[in-house]
Amino acid sequence: MKRPCLGAVLFGLIPFVATCFSVALWDRIYPLVLGLPFNFFWLILWLLLTPLCMWGAHRLEEARIFREGGDPNEP
Amino acid sequence: MSHSLVALAVMSGIVAAGSIVGLLARFHHKMDLEQWTVGGRGFGLVLVWLLMAGEIYTTFTFLGASGWAYSKGGPVLYIMGYAPLMYVVAFFLLPLVWEVGRKHQLQTQADFFQVRYGSQYLSAFVALVGVACLIPYLQVQLTGLGLIMEVASFGGIGRIPAMIIGFALVAAFVFVSGVRGVAWVCVIKDFLLLFAAVFVGIAVPYIYFGGIGPMFTALLRAKPNHFVMPGTTNNLGHAWYITTVLLSGLSFYMWPQYFAATFTARSGKILRRNSIVMPLYVISMPLMIIVGLSAVLVLPGLSNGDLSLLTMVRKTFPAWFLGIIGGAGALTAMVPAAIQLLTGATLYAKNLFRPMIAPGMTDPQVAKLAKVMVLVLTLGALLFAIYSSISLVSLLLLGFAGVAQLFPGVVLGLFSKRVTTSGVFAGMVIGLSLTLFLMLTGRDPYLGMNAGFIALCLNLAVTVTVSLLTRARVAGFDETFSSLEPSPAARPARIA
Repeated sequence: MKRPCLGAVLFGLIPFVATCFSVALWDRIYPLVLGLPFNFFWLILWLLLTPLCMWGAHRLEEARIFREGGDPNEP
Repeated sequence: MSHSLVALAVMSGIVAAGSIVGLLARFHHKMDLEQWTVGGRGFGLVLVWLLMAGEIYTTFTFLGASGWAYSKGGPVLYIMGYAPLMYVVAFFLLPLVWEVGRKHQLQTQADFFQVRYGSQYLSAFVALVGVACLIPYLQVQLTGLGLIMEVASFGGIGRIPAMIIGFALVAAFVFVSGVRGVAWVCVIKDFLLLFAAVFVGIAVPYIYFGGIGPMFTALLRAKPNHFVMPGTTNNLGHAWYITTVLLSGLSFYMWPQYFAATFTARSGKILRRNSIVMPLYVISMPLMIIVGLSAVLVLPGLSNGDLSLLTMVRKTFPAWFLGIIGGAGALTAMVPAAIQLLTGATLYAKNLFRPMIAPGMTDPQVAKLAKVMVLVLTLGALLFAIYSSISLVSLLLLGFAGVAQLFPGVVLGLFSKRVTTSGVFAGMVIGLSLTLFLMLTGRDPYLGMNAGFIALCLNLAVTVTVSLLTRARVAGFDETFSSLEPSPAARPARIA
């Protein structure tokens, strides 16, 4: 099977580290950011940053598919 | 009385509009099993987006997120934690699943196990697990629907008649128009839900506290520890958060209905692009959480946290607005319920009944049996919802932990030639047994960790060990994937 490339997997790992494994670091109320508790603000922030990471992964994957002879723009 | 009439009229209007859209969607499409289950594999970006977003935002999100924020506090953050992560998993997994699906014309999750492992017993077992896990999920939708109608009618319609009416409508449009009907109802539902979430999430804290920031200030003054883990609980701490987020994020697409939604897409690229933007859609969840937190101060002492959103809306806004929220909520229960019914019925007819009991059945007969099963499952879930007293959250967690045990079979099966039928079988049986044991004996969380996650780890270990000890059916892997590799001749041409 065509495995995803390492770079794309690393991009995919970023949200896992930021919102899952590091919970002990960000699960706190203070400092309040924009009036929101820090843990709440952090997770909302990652709702916005996760698509950015995955867009990076997407670019790498398209390049890989093209390299392997596939057409990333097929319907 | 007039209040309840207004609210009910608006709500019925919305539900009726949704049902009509669902029923109309069948026009110009011949309803064979292929069209009914996977929409003829022709859904583009917009319909796939609506279907995937639409079936994921269930009553559990609508009532559960605010309910958990109200009753449990900090642990509710796990919902915001796993939701973006499941799309990360989807990004890597779904395009591969889609390719196999296109090549082998798959319609169900059990079909996938059939082509990869070549065992109809394994495939039937997967179908059985899928149907068994879908029943509690259906029950969640039903009970949510009952709660919504009860609150929105100011107690005028009882919970049970409400569930019966709602589910009769669901069964009708699944019966008639299949997955295409469901996707179109999502248009109305998602629009209303987003509107409701944004409006209520901003208006409620503004009306009672003067804004979201002041609401949090007031909450922190009254209950400083409510919104950090473990919140009001004593066992939902950080270890629970990590294991639950991992379990939910990794195994979300193991739910048979979401797995099968993959096959409706026209291309794998659509699924990848969808997964990139989908986390933005989760933005309605923090707003639901804000409403639940506001209710902690405004409506203390509710017997059932799941009622906090609706009670808050009823207390704050006029009756017609409660009707809109109620209608959105009702569709939010009905749409996922429809797709769950459709998936469960197809799994039963195609992967359980035909191969095990009546191998001679033709495809049209399977399609007919699947439609009969829609009615059987509807009735079954209704009876469960009326007579069972197990709480919604524990039901859903049980289902989640159950489908998670399919993860090694799917993921190892996609990426490794060495994984074997016996390995997957053994892992699943052990994982499911441990899940059932831990959860039914009240040991979840176990040692501070999610019981389903512990079972998944053991499942993975058993799958790998047994696979290494048994002979791999490499041919199965090659048959599943070989023609998906670009042919050597095509490569130079492409580069040139």
